[in-house]
Amino acid sequence: MTTETATDQTTEQPRGLDADPVISVRDLETHFFTDEGVVRAVDGVNFDVHPGTTMGIVGESGCGKSITAKSILQIVEAPGRIVNGEIQYRRQSGEAVNLLDYPANSGRMRAIRGGEISMIFQEPMTSFSSLHTFGNQIDEALKLHTNLSKDERFELAVDWLARVGIPNPSQRMHEYPFRFSGGQLQRAMIAMAMCTNPKVLIADEPTTALDVTTQAQILDLLQRMQEENDMAIVFITHDLGVIAEIADEVTVMYLGKVVESGPVNDFFDAPLHPYSRALLTSIPSMFTGSRERLPSISGSIPHPQNRPSGCAFHPRCQSFINGVCDIREPNLVSVNEEQDVSCFLYED
Amino acid sequence: MLSFIIRRTIYAIIAMWAVSVISFVIINLPAGDFVTTYIATQAATGNVILADEAENLRDVYGLNDPIYVQYVKWITRIVRGELGFSFEFNAPVRQVIEQNLANTLLLALGSVVFIWIVGIPIGIYSAVKQYSPGDYVATFLGFLGLGIPDFLIALVVAYLVFDHFGILLTGLYSAEYLTAPWSFGKALDLAQHLVLPVIILGTAGTASLIRIMRANLLDELKKPYVTTARAKGVTEWQLIMKYPVRYALNPVLSLTAYILPFLISGSVVLSYVLDLPTVGRDFLRALTAQDIYLSGAIILGTGWLTIIGTFFSDLLLAWVDPRIRLEGD
Repeated sequence: MTTETATDQTTEQPRGLDADPVISVRDLETHFFTDEGVVRAVDGVNFDVHPGTTMGIVGESGCGKSITAKSILQIVEAPGRIVNGEIQYRRQSGEAVNLLDYPANSGRMRAIRGGEISMIFQEPMTSFSSLHTFGNQIDEALKLHTNLSKDERFELAVDWLARVGIPNPSQRMHEYPFRFSGGQLQRAMIAMAMCTNPKVLIADEPTTALDVTTQAQILDLLQRMQEENDMAIVFITHDLGVIAEIADEVTVMYLGKVVESGPVNDFFDAPLHPYSRALLTSIPSMFTGSRERLPSISGSIPHPQNRPSGCAFHPRCQSFINGVCDIREPNLVSVNEEQDVSCFLYED
Repeated sequence: MLSFIIRRTIYAIIAMWAVSVISFVIINLPAGDFVTTYIATQAATGNVILADEAENLRDVYGLNDPIYVQYVKWITRIVRGELGFSFEFNAPVRQVIEQNLANTLLLALGSVVFIWIVGIPIGIYSAVKQYSPGDYVATFLGFLGLGIPDFLIALVVAYLVFDHFGILLTGLYSAEYLTAPWSFGKALDLAQHLVLPVIILGTAGTASLIRIMRANLLDELKKPYVTTARAKGVTEWQLIMKYPVRYALNPVLSLTAYILPFLISGSVVLSYVLDLPTVGRDFLRALTAQDIYLSGAIILGTGWLTIIGTFFSDLLLAWVDPRIRLEGD
């Protein structure tokens, strides 16, 4: 594992946190139109992803982080629909486009999906078809996004399998996914996502279904892939330990909204939002006594149909201001050059 | 794969044995035996058979042997192709069955093809466009097809066609070809006569296949591997046909084995109504006349057909599904 950071490499395009974002999500709203009513799964989300860096999106189950990721590629399943917002994407050519201008099934959207922006998923075991060989499934991506011949595609796929650390790659190409272990499958999925040289990789909880040792290996692999291929990563997780390991910036989501965002060090050193603080204090520390009760966030996540008024976090908040938080909704505002927060404690 | 085939073969042989025992029991269920029936039929024509002559006949046919000896003798004859004698048709059972076997298989296979060609695409459409007007129409027609008995559709259609066009929709051959040798004209005539029975016989199967395909595919469409394919940029129809439809078709393959004998027994009443020369029609006649050798042979044949069909569809399933094929390797 190399120790050089992403910014050490010299490339033509500007990269790092100071460079222009490769993806800018603005006011994204993705709602689910169910028989019981509209669920605002993503309800006005804003964040930027900078080239060559990792944006970690954190939140509890059901906070809308996965739907946000799927919205970028416009692969939200019915009855979900993107109802508002912009997803500005700076293409390989430098041209800036709003992805939401492209219809979900248009050729232009499909050229970006899996080509310039790839995605890997939470459950490697079920994310492949058991009826097709692995080779068949990786070839599908190459066939769609390259002009290579059949033999060249096979060579390239074998090369990628080797790069993600799968032994006997040319033999594994002919095997079915159920012959791979969970860790191998996640590596294989990374190879499948990387083989088209994407500029952005969206990783939707890629380590959640894996054991801790394999998790660490996959995180290392992703960081190596990022360095070698000059690629931005949107990393979705509920695991703050993983965020500390891999992210450059963090966006914290609660009930479909961004409550805080900023550089990863600021987030861990000086979290602003009461929710972020509560999350961080509920992590067991080395210094916690063995019989001590771990602090937890009081209450539970509200039912999406039954969203609290005002700030959605107010019923669980330690800093709840009566008559303010339960009535008005806070806006995401900058508190300093790098950190944004959505809380009345920071509004003038 | 080899161990899979061997295991399935053993299962199939055991099941065929069990079916033969059941058929034998059914044949022996009616009061009296073959000789009693024979005496009765002879008496009806005025011939009187004496008691010791009857006893002699019982010895010849082994009817005084213990029941398991009788079974062994019977099954040995069956395996050799000696199916017994049909009193109702006054001919060997084998000859009666062979006479209409080709028509029967043609009708059944035609229906299977019809069921597949119509049921699968509609099922796919229904699942992919769930709750669309087309889905509701397919669902409505599907339930109608399931709910209305074949023979009723046959009666109504035959009546309407006769009433409007004056065409008699019965039989499988026009009068001029009935005894004619095989020719292109006769084959064409047969094909024309087969169309309606195939469709009518296939309605219930088509309707249930639509429902099965729709349910299977709706399950598969939600699987993560579909999202993975979508995230690669594959077009929606391409990915649906390549992944979830492949998954949803597997159980349908194994169902086909059950459809075939079901069609043969299902054609019984339909054949009666439309006067189709099939084994099913003969089966009904054999049952009403208590012609036990003919009905027993048909029951046994249908049972064995189911088992052999299941065996082949298991092989087919193993061939298309690597999870089964590579099991235990």
